[in-house]
Amino acid sequence: MHGWPVVNWLRLYGVALLSGAATTIELIAVTTLFSVGLSVLGAAGRRSSAAWCRAAVGFYVELIRNTPFIAQLFFIYFGLPSLGPHLGAFTAAILAMTVNLTAYGIEIVRAGLDAVPAGQREAARALGLSRTSLFLRIVLPQAMRVIFPALASQIVITMLESAVVSTIAVRDLTYQADLVQSRTFQAFRTYLVATLIYLVLSILLRRALSRGASLLFGAGIG
Amino acid sequence: MQFTFWDILRNLLLATRWTIALALAGFAGGGTVGLAVLMVRIARNRAARTGARLYIELFQGTPLLLQLFLVFFGLPLLGLDVSPWAAAVVGLTLSASAYLAEIWRGAVEAIPRGQWDAAAALGLPAWRQARLVILPQALRIAVAPTVGFSVQLVKSTALTSVIGFAELLRTGNVITNATFAPFTVYGLVTLIYFALCFPLTVFARQLERRLAWG
Repeated sequence: MHGWPVVNWLRLYGVALLSGAATTIELIAVTTLFSVGLSVLGAAGRRSSAAWCRAAVGFYVELIRNTPFIAQLFFIYFGLPSLGPHLGAFTAAILAMTVNLTAYGIEIVRAGLDAVPAGQREAARALGLSRTSLFLRIVLPQAMRVIFPALASQIVITMLESAVVSTIAVRDLTYQADLVQSRTFQAFRTYLVATLIYLVLSILLRRALSRGASLLFGAGIG
Repeated sequence: MQFTFWDILRNLLLATRWTIALALAGFAGGGTVGLAVLMVRIARNRAARTGARLYIELFQGTPLLLQLFLVFFGLPLLGLDVSPWAAAVVGLTLSASAYLAEIWRGAVEAIPRGQWDAAAALGLPAWRQARLVILPQALRIAVAPTVGFSVQLVKSTALTSVIGFAELLRTGNVITNATFAPFTVYGLVTLIYFALCFPLTVFARQLERRLAWG
């Protein structure tokens, strides 16, 4: 053993923690891809002309937003198999995170769409735009200015909440920290390093989302 | 021993008292510490402001679960023997103080600059300007988002089950191990959380609407 104790410690256990961090990134990346699309669909459902559709989406949004993520995760991982097929831990984690993020996403997208003045739609229609290009080229880019900051914050919050999936043995950053601390009996040090990695991840994730949004929707969104 | 549906429900409802007690303790602690953080966050001293901003960003940028672990394993290093209840209260207090300070800062900054100037013109020292002129006005704006945050706080209490505090979710785990009825147990657990949180959400929304009308 040479050098500073901290450096040696990181050399011994850093790889395990970083491999956990990679899983955490994978979880939030897959969840974000699913949730963004589903949130737009859900927001459309909430503005649907069918009352039952509005009510169903509203019920889903309220149920998820008013219960803890960890309880949703346990219900999906431990409770659902008694109805149907058994879910693997990773699949259950993705499902729970997607169900959770989508509920917040629907409200965020809906608020964004509501913020676009009706005159914009009328003007686009007067110019003879089709419904699809009206939505994609007129409404969505303007709504994104409202949607993006809120959605980015919610994605970061979901990434931080994903620490909970370690309790169903998904090998994320927190799970790896659990393993390291049970091997070294240095719980505080291990969790401190893991916490700092989460802090860095949340800063990087925010940057990556800004970058992605300005690539997709042009400057001034991120 | 055979558990009926009513046994499960009764035990979960008894455990809900601990969830409520923890949320109240976290809110009281978080409110007190949060007020102190707020005063530092809006202080004249630049270094103090930066320190408070970093405090807030640290708690908002890291998982609450890890914060609870750090409190649970960190306090014994300081020679304090902590129970899961004490660790849970300290952890939630620290986390809630960061969120509340940030919410209240928004409310304070919504008060026009002229109010500070007018209070200064009356010869009030800085902390009395805040206490007598700014905070009473900011309070009105802050009520709705503060009630909204209380929903998040109730949901956060579920994480303390991981460090061994026997609140609603942990009791659910124990009952599941005894009954092998995870669908019923976690379904009920989720519904009880909903019954706690949804009225708070509705109340926050009403307050918001009332404020919008002026």
